[in-house]
Amino acid sequence: MTIAFAPKEILQTIEMIRNENLDIRTITMGISLLDCAGDDIKVVEQKVYDKVARKAGHLVEVGEQLATRYGIPIVNKRVSVTPVALIGSGFNPEEMVRVAKALDRAADTVGVNFLGGFSALVQKGFTQGDEALIEAIPQALAETKYVCSSVNIGSTKAGINMDAVLKMGHVILDSARRTADRDGLAAAKLVVFCNAPEDNPFMAGAFHGPGEPECVINVGVSGPGVVAYVVKESPEVDLGELANLIKRTAFKITRMGELIGRAASKELNVPFGIVDLSLAPTPAIGDSVAEILENMGLERCGAHGTTAALALLNDAVKKGGAMASSHVGGLSGAFIPVSEDSGMVRAVEDGALTLDKLEAMTCVCSVGLDMIAIPGDVTPETIAAIIADEAAIGMINKKTTAVRLIPAIGKKAGERVEFGGLLGGAPVMSINPFSAKQFVHRGGRIPAPITSLSN
Amino acid sequence: MDNNKYEEQGHRGIVTVLGRDQIGIISWVSTRLAEYSINILDISQTIVQGFFTMMMVIDLTKSTVGVSELAKILGEEGKARGLQVNVQHEDVFTFMHRI
Repeated sequence: MTIAFAPKEILQTIEMIRNENLDIRTITMGISLLDCAGDDIKVVEQKVYDKVARKAGHLVEVGEQLATRYGIPIVNKRVSVTPVALIGSGFNPEEMVRVAKALDRAADTVGVNFLGGFSALVQKGFTQGDEALIEAIPQALAETKYVCSSVNIGSTKAGINMDAVLKMGHVILDSARRTADRDGLAAAKLVVFCNAPEDNPFMAGAFHGPGEPECVINVGVSGPGVVAYVVKESPEVDLGELANLIKRTAFKITRMGELIGRAASKELNVPFGIVDLSLAPTPAIGDSVAEILENMGLERCGAHGTTAALALLNDAVKKGGAMASSHVGGLSGAFIPVSEDSGMVRAVEDGALTLDKLEAMTCVCSVGLDMIAIPGDVTPETIAAIIADEAAIGMINKKTTAVRLIPAIGKKAGERVEFGGLLGGAPVMSINPFSAKQFVHRGGRIPAPITSLSN
Repeated sequence: MDNNKYEEQGHRGIVTVLGRDQIGIISWVSTRLAEYSINILDISQTIVQGFFTMMMVIDLTKSTVGVSELAKILGEEGKARGLQVNVQHEDVFTFMHRI
């Protein structure tokens, strides 16, 4: 029997976990609720609760067991479900809220810290169920603890549903108002997507798409700290070599996700779906995507050059990660949330990073305008216009973009909001004061781009 | 390896001990391992400026405790001695460093 380990490699792994915040960000179990549909709300509530409680009953226990077996933290155990609009057609908004509450109780029972899928897919138009669900979102998010919501309002194939975009402007503002005492927390659990992936394990945008199997395990890896360290240790190398170093690191990080995904799949007897090879920051010091960009040689994240640096980073992460896993999916790329990343927060406070720069950055990385607090006196039309801009970037570039804005009720640009935990806290960012009211009120759909005609 | 048929690659674990050098570290770890019928396959140690680093490859085939449990036990006892002790299934290293 040969001992195939070099001490250097063993120490490197331990170093990554102990000092550079390497962890598995989430094991997310996707559960289909299509068989829970029905006419009677009481029956549906019971079915939904029972199914989640049954399928995910051992999820948290297995997650904790794997964390000790492999000595790597598994930060979150979560559940995503079939978009509730699909199983709740026929229900009114009050009944949709009851489904959300049933899901909330199930999440509490199984011990997960978020449950995603209070969602609707309306890129081409609304069904009755979609409309009821969207109307129910503010109350559902304000009155539940674990439930997360997402709405897909556009895609490269369908174009952008501007009626839905305007509705979401109102929904985001209403969600924040209902939780004004908690700095608008409900809005932090709500994502508006263009080109939403069906297998994303990350919250708040996770849902179990209609093309997914009965039940599946998806894993989201993390590790901005590990990449930041590697970049910091290599101040002299040119950008081609730097990309190589990031690729190697991303490979190692993603292998951990692959290992945990396979092991969780075996222990839970549920098929393994994908590894989402995202760099997901946390508010912890040293676990920041902004810090990677700064270590690459920018004085502050947001300086000119940031978009180029982020493009290199995002591409290298994907190239390294794709080699490490048999199935890559979800969002897969570097996340640039503001409140969840201490380096981003500092860049905003120093005046280096603006909303406009963040929008430009979303052209070259995963997701979009994420966890950004905006002044509470914003109009629904302005929120809608921000969503429309971001969705247009996604639609034209055939990529996922998302918007998670938190109107800070009663606060102005420069003041702070605090959400606590993984959601962090952030300064309120200023927005463009000019109106897009007439544009967003035109309604209708922005046609799908010519590039969608790929057949 | 088929994606959905995960098999554990082996029954070996890696013990790492990091901390200030002191008398009896190896004796303590090996005694505890013997008590759980765990065989030591390989051992390496270095001391850099008084900082002790030891790595052991252990065979868990006949072990009376699982990796998770052993990690907890040695982790806690190590802490009391001012040492950072990790016990991890070997797959975590094979997966990260070998294709």
